[in-house]
Amino acid sequence: MSVPEPTLNSYLLLSAVLFCIGTAGVFLRRNLITILLSIEIMLNAVNLTFVAFDRYHGSVDGQIIVFFVMTVAAAEAAVGLAIVIALFRHKETLNPDAFTSLKW
Amino acid sequence: MDRVLLAQFIVIGFTFFMLLNSAAILVYMERKVAAFVQQRYGPYLVGPKGLLQPLADIIKLMFKEELRPKAADSLLFYLAPVLSATAAFAAFAVVPFGADTTLFGLLDRPIHLAAADVNVGLLVIFAITSMGVYGIVLAGWSSNSKYSLLGGLRSSAQMISYELSYGLSFAAVIMLAGSLSLHTIVDHQAGYWLGFIPKWYLFVQPLGFFIFLTAGVAETNRAPFDFPEAEQELVAGYHTEYSSMSFALFFLAEYVNMVTVSAVATDLFLGGWHGPFLPTIARWLGWQADSLGWIWFLAKVGFLLFFYIWMRWTLPRYRYDQLMEFGWKWLLPASVLNLLVTAGVVIYMGW
Amino acid sequence: MDAVLFWILAAVMVIASLLVIGQRNPMYSVLLLIVSFGALSGLYVLLGAPFVAAIQIIVYAGAIMVLFLFVVMLLNVPTEDPPTGYHARLLGGAGPRRFGAVLALVLAVELFWAFWRYLQPAPMPAGSSRASATVLEIGTKLFKDYAFAFEATSVLILVAMVGSIVLARRETK
Repeated sequence: MSVPEPTLNSYLLLSAVLFCIGTAGVFLRRNLITILLSIEIMLNAVNLTFVAFDRYHGSVDGQIIVFFVMTVAAAEAAVGLAIVIALFRHKETLNPDAFTSLKW
Repeated sequence: MDRVLLAQFIVIGFTFFMLLNSAAILVYMERKVAAFVQQRYGPYLVGPKGLLQPLADIIKLMFKEELRPKAADSLLFYLAPVLSATAAFAAFAVVPFGADTTLFGLLDRPIHLAAADVNVGLLVIFAITSMGVYGIVLAGWSSNSKYSLLGGLRSSAQMISYELSYGLSFAAVIMLAGSLSLHTIVDHQAGYWLGFIPKWYLFVQPLGFFIFLTAGVAETNRAPFDFPEAEQELVAGYHTEYSSMSFALFFLAEYVNMVTVSAVATDLFLGGWHGPFLPTIARWLGWQADSLGWIWFLAKVGFLLFFYIWMRWTLPRYRYDQLMEFGWKWLLPASVLNLLVTAGVVIYMGW
Repeated sequence: MDAVLFWILAAVMVIASLLVIGQRNPMYSVLLLIVSFGALSGLYVLLGAPFVAAIQIIVYAGAIMVLFLFVVMLLNVPTEDPPTGYHARLLGGAGPRRFGAVLALVLAVELFWAFWRYLQPAPMPAGSSRASATVLEIGTKLFKDYAFAFEATSVLILVAMVGSIVLARRETK
């Protein structure tokens, strides 16, 4: 029984699938926290692409960029959650359809 | 099967088995040491000098009724102690407890005496300790009770606050040793200065050792930092609603975490398995010089565990806000200072 | 052995991510995402990046997800009501939602078309995947070539800290 060896393409395909899943989550979910989680899925898919190319070319630049992406994701998650808390205090719901005061 | 592979599997099984036993021994040791500190006899009825007390405790815990509050989320309720215990055991996987050994010449090449030897070993320990927070958070949440939720939140906030000082204090050791692998760090601590002072990092980094041990005690929610699970305050905090084997798993996780912190402190600061008299005895017996090193390792870990228990029954506990203030305002700047001074010394004295 | 591990970890990751966006209860979503990150960390080890794998667990699964969990627990986030009737169909719902679903579909189709058209056989370099980048190389590059980015990131974290405290503060009456 031979399992096909993973090539660069398998990693890139996996990363694309995860990115699509994340995008679908952002568009289709009606809960602010789940939308933030889907954004994290997208960021991780990109990280996987970076590290896969890193291994293919034999350098470490990709891993350093992944390091920075993780740091930025942490900062963004913190600020995003603070905004979610502030919004929840205002309207007692996490459905993004409820925040329509800027609509014309 | 390849002999070396078989030997490694045996070491893994042995490590797991010894961790379980160490939890049982710690139950007994805690009650006896507590008793002697409080000037009374500890357990002395069950077995000679009360040595079978842990067995009696385990049997009692197994026969208790397994309760679950009706409104508790059952999947998370049963998952939480499993997560805690798994993280506790997994963290010990990369800790080496003896020198390289060929098991008396049975193997062709020496193996490391650790369940796994990774070259980023310290980061793995740190990562798995971070995962241990989830067991507590989920336990607090899924019990669906105010005491548990508050206890769980406080406990996990405390753990993640002290993880910073924990990490920075072993970053200084990494700078001195130049490697993340625990095996290499212990190897750098062999030998003596001036013939009699061992080259342990304890003597190079006394502040680092103190910070590491304090942060380790706070990480395991023990001794003066156990406000979230103190009886007078929060009715046992996050494990209020647990009984029988789930509670036993939390108990086990706490003791195994203690053992892991002590073992890592021994490897990082106290020279691991190096010590004065045993190499000469081993050479006299015709074995390799370091093959009896695990005895010193056990002695050092045992001393640190005794210190843990001694601290618990001697010091009053910190209030929660005092605890958080200590962690952020005192311990973290101290560990940053330690790191800076170590970096300066390493650069200018070319360690 | 590595091949089998890759397929298992990839399957775990995709299934966990699908369940994350499909769950009603946000608590379960967070936990499933942690499982997904664990699988991703395993994939990083297979790709010869143990440092990034450890950092993934420490930072993402150990800190960011704990933050999410705290928010979910403290806000007592209500389970999302299942959409009924008109809103229940995937391409139904309000205008933006329908448009969003179509966009996600378009993205998926586009990506797969790009793969189909331009894929060339690109095997991974031979040699054990354990021949990994040492932390020394990463550290040297980080502090020499990317030193400015490193300092800028630290300022970014400071700004994020101050910002999140100010945003989440209760308004003083």
